[in-house]
Amino acid sequence: MMEVQSSGALNTIQDLGRYGYRKIGVSVAGTMDKLALAAGNLLLGNHPNSACIEITIFPFRVRFLTDTGIVVTGADCAAELDGASVLPWWATPVRSGQLLVLSAPTRGCRAYLTVRGGINVPVVLNSRSTDLKAKFGGHDGRSLRKGDRLAVLNASVPRGEWEAGYGVEPPHLALPFNPGSADGAVAVRVIPAAEYEKFPKYGQAQFWDSLWLITPNSNRQGYRLSGTALPTKGQSELLSHGIVPGTIQVPPSGQPIIQMSDANTSGGYPKMGTVIEADMWRLAQARLGENLKFVPVTVQDAIAALVAERAWLQKIETDLASLQGASADAGIK
Amino acid sequence: MTRKNEISPPRFSHLGSCALLCEAPAPLNISWQRRIWALAARAEAWPGVMEVMPGMNNLMLVFDPLAVTAEGIKADILKLWSQCDWDGEAGKTLEIEVVYGGENGMDLEHVARHAGLSIDEVVRLHTKAIYTVYFLGAYPGFGYLDGLHPKLFMPRRQEPRLQVPAGSVAIGGAQAGVIPSMFPSGWQIIGNAREVFFDVTKNPPALLAPGDKIKFRAERIER
Repeated sequence: MMEVQSSGALNTIQDLGRYGYRKIGVSVAGTMDKLALAAGNLLLGNHPNSACIEITIFPFRVRFLTDTGIVVTGADCAAELDGASVLPWWATPVRSGQLLVLSAPTRGCRAYLTVRGGINVPVVLNSRSTDLKAKFGGHDGRSLRKGDRLAVLNASVPRGEWEAGYGVEPPHLALPFNPGSADGAVAVRVIPAAEYEKFPKYGQAQFWDSLWLITPNSNRQGYRLSGTALPTKGQSELLSHGIVPGTIQVPPSGQPIIQMSDANTSGGYPKMGTVIEADMWRLAQARLGENLKFVPVTVQDAIAALVAERAWLQKIETDLASLQGASADAGIK
Repeated sequence: MTRKNEISPPRFSHLGSCALLCEAPAPLNISWQRRIWALAARAEAWPGVMEVMPGMNNLMLVFDPLAVTAEGIKADILKLWSQCDWDGEAGKTLEIEVVYGGENGMDLEHVARHAGLSIDEVVRLHTKAIYTVYFLGAYPGFGYLDGLHPKLFMPRRQEPRLQVPAGSVAIGGAQAGVIPSMFPSGWQIIGNAREVFFDVTKNPPALLAPGDKIKFRAERIER
């Protein structure tokens, strides 16, 4: 059990998302940075899909009412447990009564608090994720507030020595992507989508060559970007069709919108491209006011990036298993 | 040019490396849509396919690219494209009671003025039609309905409302629908239905399914 001591309006319970219900209009939801959630869970011996708290508004304070283990991943937010620094991306034991404080990040945008066993809120339509728009899932379908008490599921993995000394190199170091021409912007890889070819050549070039500012009007539903408007003459509204998080639409204003975790299931604006799945965490950690740079890639490139990402996660599992094996062997002796 | 008895193939495009969009040739029509429904039902069971999402004369498939390739899925769709048709008997017909106008049907007068019709005539045309659910999207449980009388076609509002009442019977362009819960919407609201269109505790949670038919019945008109 844990009790929220202070929380902002957009901190929610999320797992990897709600799948299988797009066809009845239900958004995927889930953490914006799925890599951070999966890594935190694997470090604790949890299933990668175990529910966590996604923290976007800081400071966030929570008191533990039970002994457990935690990992803080995602944004670097100078976490402190009773005043002592907590290493990010590192399994840390917690005693009942201790207070965890996450402060405004020095790098990144969203922090993830994963707990041994995972947070126990009811499963709604196959997921524990909060759907803020439709107001269900997570903790009563809403953001966390001061005084909320959250139960934790029983951990299937026993608490071991690994808790005090095991972590992982964060993805911005382990899985870097720097095309060299990003001018300090966050570079993300994009596969062209259905209407790309309908944009004039200079519009296509402008899409790749410009920097795109993430405006304050960006959230879990979508990022609204600002830059030199793309030419939309000759583009028309399309028949409604399925879209995915990462889809970059160009509405009549010519200012692109990237769909994110809480995106509607369908849309009708022309689509320039889709940010590849393996770079969605980079978008999730990009801050308001930062610039984005789009880099064209092929489907093969995107799959290679996905393979690298899964290998990075797989290594956490195998390293942890060998650590636990080692401590079990020590116990036998 | 395709020969007369040949069926034009769909157009494929990528939505990242994990999703594929398959679009029937223009113009929008129900025979394409029946093909889409049939394909969706079949493709859902294919190995590596995680989700199917029918749209308006199109189908999005979400898959695991480490288990199946986009090229493989395209080939499977093309194989079925010319043959499959939907078993129309599967759709249900629903009669939905509506209170037209009043507090929860705030755009009824506006729609009537725009169409140059009386309020009674708007309600008569809206209740006379039999609507087909093309697909569910935008909000949980929201069905895009085809079948609106052309006299009732009505542009969306310039400024969407931040919240409309649950059960809002709405018109957006040439489409009709009922907005299941309090959501933002730019559609014109002409009435309200008490029927619950989405309930997470029910299985299935959505009242409507693609291929269903809907008929609206006027419980009363509030002026």
